[in-house]
Amino acid sequence: MSASRGNRDEGSGPTTASLGRGPILELRGISKRFGAVQALTDVDFEVSAGEVVALVGDNGAGKSTLVKCIAGTHAPDAGAILFEGREVHIHAPNEATQLGIESVYQDLALCDNLDVVQNMFLGRERLTSVVPPILRTLSELEMERRSLDVLETLSVTTIANVREKVAALSGGQRQSVAISRAAMRNSKVVILDEPTAALGVAQSAQVLALVQQLREHGLGVILISHNLQEVFSVADRIIVLRLGRRVATFKHRSTTPEDVVAAITGARAS
Amino acid sequence: MNPAHRQRPPSLRARRVGMTLRTFLSHSGIQRWRQGELGILPVVFGLVVIAVYFQSQQPTFLSARNLSNLIVQIAATGSVAVGIVLVLLLGEIDLSVGSVSGLCSALLGVLIVNRGLPWWLAILATLVTGAMIGALHGAWFAFVGVPSFVVTLAGFLAWQGVQLSVLGPTGTVNVFNPYIGKIAQSFLPGPWGWVLGLGAAGVSMTVFWVARVRRRHAGLAASASVALAARSILVLAIGISSVEILNRFRGVPTAGLILFGLVVFFSFVTTRTRFGRYIFAIGGNAEAARRAGVNVSGIRIAVFTLAGLMAAAGGIIFVSRLTAASTQTGGGTFLLEAIAAAVIGGTSLFGGRGSPWSALLGSLVIGSVSNGLDLMAQPPEIKYIVEGAILLAAVSVDAVARRSRAAAGR
Repeated sequence: MSASRGNRDEGSGPTTASLGRGPILELRGISKRFGAVQALTDVDFEVSAGEVVALVGDNGAGKSTLVKCIAGTHAPDAGAILFEGREVHIHAPNEATQLGIESVYQDLALCDNLDVVQNMFLGRERLTSVVPPILRTLSELEMERRSLDVLETLSVTTIANVREKVAALSGGQRQSVAISRAAMRNSKVVILDEPTAALGVAQSAQVLALVQQLREHGLGVILISHNLQEVFSVADRIIVLRLGRRVATFKHRSTTPEDVVAAITGARAS
Repeated sequence: MNPAHRQRPPSLRARRVGMTLRTFLSHSGIQRWRQGELGILPVVFGLVVIAVYFQSQQPTFLSARNLSNLIVQIAATGSVAVGIVLVLLLGEIDLSVGSVSGLCSALLGVLIVNRGLPWWLAILATLVTGAMIGALHGAWFAFVGVPSFVVTLAGFLAWQGVQLSVLGPTGTVNVFNPYIGKIAQSFLPGPWGWVLGLGAAGVSMTVFWVARVRRRHAGLAASASVALAARSILVLAIGISSVEILNRFRGVPTAGLILFGLVVFFSFVTTRTRFGRYIFAIGGNAEAARRAGVNVSGIRIAVFTLAGLMAAAGGIIFVSRLTAASTQTGGGTFLLEAIAAAVIGGTSLFGGRGSPWSALLGSLVIGSVSNGLDLMAQPPEIKYIVEGAILLAAVSVDAVARRSRAAAGR
């Protein structure tokens, strides 16, 4: 997406992305083996623009392996990945990023000693040419304004001062910064790995509100979570993995937590 | 908290204006102080205490002649400390800079005196050597994975050996080259001192005010004009008084000008360029920087290269001041004084926090204590003990500030 100003929605993902024109990201028959361990067996997965898909399952069910295949950390042994209908091969994290797939991991990957703006633009600093071929300086004003715009677009109201060091922020604020950063970066699919794991009730609510914002702005969201209450509050679909296989898919409106728990634990075959 | 996130956010304009008071407080330092961002305040306070104490003991301490000597004395240590600051910002350490300085001073002397190279070519060769040694340390650290502490400790020993072998059996080279001598033994003529002092103050005031106008123009919270006026007056006062005092003796020392220039240059690099931003990012969280696409190894090698370059610059200034390179150059307490200067000036040993200005301020502290104790005819043992105590105090301030930063995270 262009760096032009004026288009206030530019950072919040493509609002033009089509709903109902098929999934933006689709996985077909993904298998992955680590030595003797079959981590994933013939897993299909799909997420559409403007949809929140929760990926649930017990520890070792293969959730992390699956998202790492999407994010380029692992290469699947078999299967195909389709992005916007075209088959893609994601060999490295930056290739996923270039496609528009961003991951927010549990440990956040923020620099405590930098402020909110500096973190949001880390690795993608906006520069101004001072002496064209030799000297380019940081465009702090542009970055600060863009950060404010993105936070406002995503209705993040908890960060009062974008020039505050991230070290001084609460867990929820930090998570908001990390997610906003992922959403800002020309992204179409955002993977959130346990975004509320370390947060209290109010802060979790902030983060879930942000997840809803991502959906409203047309991003596909993959949410890994152990908290079913949270899953039910934001997810459109729930995909259950068990022992490396996709065992169930639920529409959030037509199911109960009990059904999901049964699928996770294998108490009932679906 | 819960219902708040469902409300429409206040308009952009309202939020930006709403920020002004908080931003003003943070600019005025109160908030940052509470959060353990002490900046240069402790060291400025320390300098005032030192000046008052030594002046009360020895009235010549604040004389123009002594202050001028002091500046020439700290120029070499200060230049090396600038390189140390960069390495500390990265969250690493360089223990080799003393030996590299010594080796580079020996090389400069031998190239000019024994090999008959023109002075400028010898300086160039010396600087390149220092930079290459630094690059070697950085590459070994970045690619082989040996901790920087160990790589540069090995360098500390090895380059000292190379220094001895370059100097040969006599162990000393006298460098009576007039151009080399001018680096640390010449002074700017009075009027040029004024041009420099007022020019520097003018440029920094312009930078303050232009930044404010541009931020307001962009609709962002800007520093209060009162705070900016205070800062401008302070900068102007420092500029005028420094030049006035130094002109009463022989003028602004060239060596002081070199150190000042290095500090300003690297201050610009660390705060205004992407390279500088990445140094801070790596010092704060190297893994986060790597994930964000920063070339961590490249930045690390570049920073160690700069540390080697600054070590060479310090060695050259040393030769100029003492008109000789010897086996002692760069040895003794030189390394520890350079590291101490960076830390005393407020650069954190734990990475990601600090500024090149701390090299200047910290070496002023170390230099004035050493100079003051010399004036009082105190023996070296007292000097070592006092310097050790000051270093400990400075690191303690840093450690306590770190704790309060951790506590400030809500």
